Amino acid sequence: MNTMTTTPALAAPTAQAAAPHCAPAWRAPVVLLVTGMAACALMPDQLGLLTRIFITALLVLSLDLVVGVAGLATLGHAALFGMGAYAAGIFALKVHPDPLVGLAVGIAAGAGLALLSGAFLLRYQGFTFLMLTVAVSQILLSLAQKARQWTGGDDGLSGFVMGPLLGRFDFDLEGRVASVYALTVLVALFYVARRIVDSPFGLAVRGIHENRARMAALGTPVFARLWVLYTVAGAMAGAAGALSAQTNAVVGMDSLSFALSAEALVMLILGGAGRLTGALIGATVFTVLHHTAASINPYHWLFVVGALLMLVVLVSPAKAWAWLRRRAGGVR
Amino acid sequence: MSALLELKSLDKRFGGLHVTRGVSFALRAGDRMALIGPNGAGKTTLVNQISGVLTSDAGEIRLRGENVTRLSQAKRVRAGLARTFQITTLAPHFAVQRQIELALFEREGLTSGMWRSVDAYPTLQTEAQSILTRFGLRAHAATATEDLAYGEQRLIEMALALALRPKVLLLDEPMAGVPKGDGDRLLAALDALPSELAVLIIEHDMDLVFRFANRIVVLAEGAVLADGSPDEIRRDPKVRAAYLGN
Repeated sequence: MNTMTTTPALAAPTAQAAAPHCAPAWRAPVVLLVTGMAACALMPDQLGLLTRIFITALLVLSLDLVVGVAGLATLGHAALFGMGAYAAGIFALKVHPDPLVGLAVGIAAGAGLALLSGAFLLRYQGFTFLMLTVAVSQILLSLAQKARQWTGGDDGLSGFVMGPLLGRFDFDLEGRVASVYALTVLVALFYVARRIVDSPFGLAVRGIHENRARMAALGTPVFARLWVLYTVAGAMAGAAGALSAQTNAVVGMDSLSFALSAEALVMLILGGAGRLTGALIGATVFTVLHHTAASINPYHWLFVVGALLMLVVLVSPAKAWAWLRRRAGGVR
Repeated sequence: MSALLELKSLDKRFGGLHVTRGVSFALRAGDRMALIGPNGAGKTTLVNQISGVLTSDAGEIRLRGENVTRLSQAKRVRAGLARTFQITTLAPHFAVQRQIELALFEREGLTSGMWRSVDAYPTLQTEAQSILTRFGLRAHAATATEDLAYGEQRLIEMALALALRPKVLLLDEPMAGVPKGDGDRLLAALDALPSELAVLIIEHDMDLVFRFANRIVVLAEGAVLADGSPDEIRRDPKVRAAYLGN
């Protein structure tokens, strides 16, 4: 775990060793905020891409809580994202166009779905859990296709115009407000995720990932802890979905798709699971690569994504980093 | 003195295999009971039933007077039961001190807390360090558990169980696979267990069993073959025939 300092096991038994400690929870979010603001300032013509990166990073961050922290491999995370997206979109269309209230609705929808589905899914582990998450997302996709009057079916949900943010800032065509809005929500939820992971609750969930039998023997209510974490992750995925709906003013069926779940998992593995920052790095690298490859060749960009997938599976980031250090003449 | 742990006609079947057959015994404060028997006698199954890993098909388990037969593992731990495992069962990537802190957070009912950092509990950190000092592991506080020697990992198992401040402790083969050098540290840890604690130990090392236990239960084919003091067990012809040989 990244928040734990370790020293070699060779110290003399009588020596006083350093205690493990967590890095301050605010540090990484501040770095993210500064980096994100700098990127927005330096690339004013790429604000649309940056907004997409921020939203995708939030989805992958949420996935990291489930996969990297709790150790539950899922291929149905898009269900939580799509639920938030449709909830925010429908709310804007039928009830009120305020973005922050819509964001809260998206968060509640994602959390609600995670709470309901988690009550059933989390009784299983391994492949059974994995396949059931796929099943839940496919059921939701099917329901969204049937409920055309609410979701727009295969044509997507559109026709809603978001109101100004905080009653003052209109969403502009250049995407300035959208990018700052998405970055702010990402930073805030990244901070929340850091606090959770470094808390006794987070320690217990990481313990469950490491060894379920040990945690049960310590008296941890394993199911309850995982259920709460899954609900929190659902809230974050719902927030990402709501941001996507609000900044694009359209919600498509792809927001519930298996492909989105799989891509998010690839991004997480690419950046490194379980460290939270890896989710942000993976989402950024993947989205930029996707964008660049698609602009060079709009018909065959999937080859690049496929090659990246193979690379990620065959070469772990740790091994790649060690190889780079060796090439640079560093530690062998 | 009333029993801290009481088993009444405990039964367990796996399909056609009857692995626990009407087992009954009781443990009082300060008892040092050894559960012995040949491989396959059902010792670990019985410990798993007592700790709640396995549910019992029939019979009753009482912990400090409370019927815990249908309670979850977590609730049994809260009622005062702790255990170690035959095969080391730890969080391998956790720093050693974190591992102990985790047990302390559970004992204090703090693992539902989602906002305060684990570093914001100095009293528990100090307690974790003092437990590590007691077990001679203070120098490894920040070391990843998987980097420790096997014997030291067995010590952590015991330290975790004791960090929960149990009333009843189940030790499932604490010396299994431990090299001779590390064995002395484990023996010292066993000798230093709180005197008021009721301990049930499964162990194949007969020298240790007869040195440590003041009472021995012999299990054969899932049933209690004999129950008595070490001397009574030594002299019991049934035990000699079934287990100890000549």
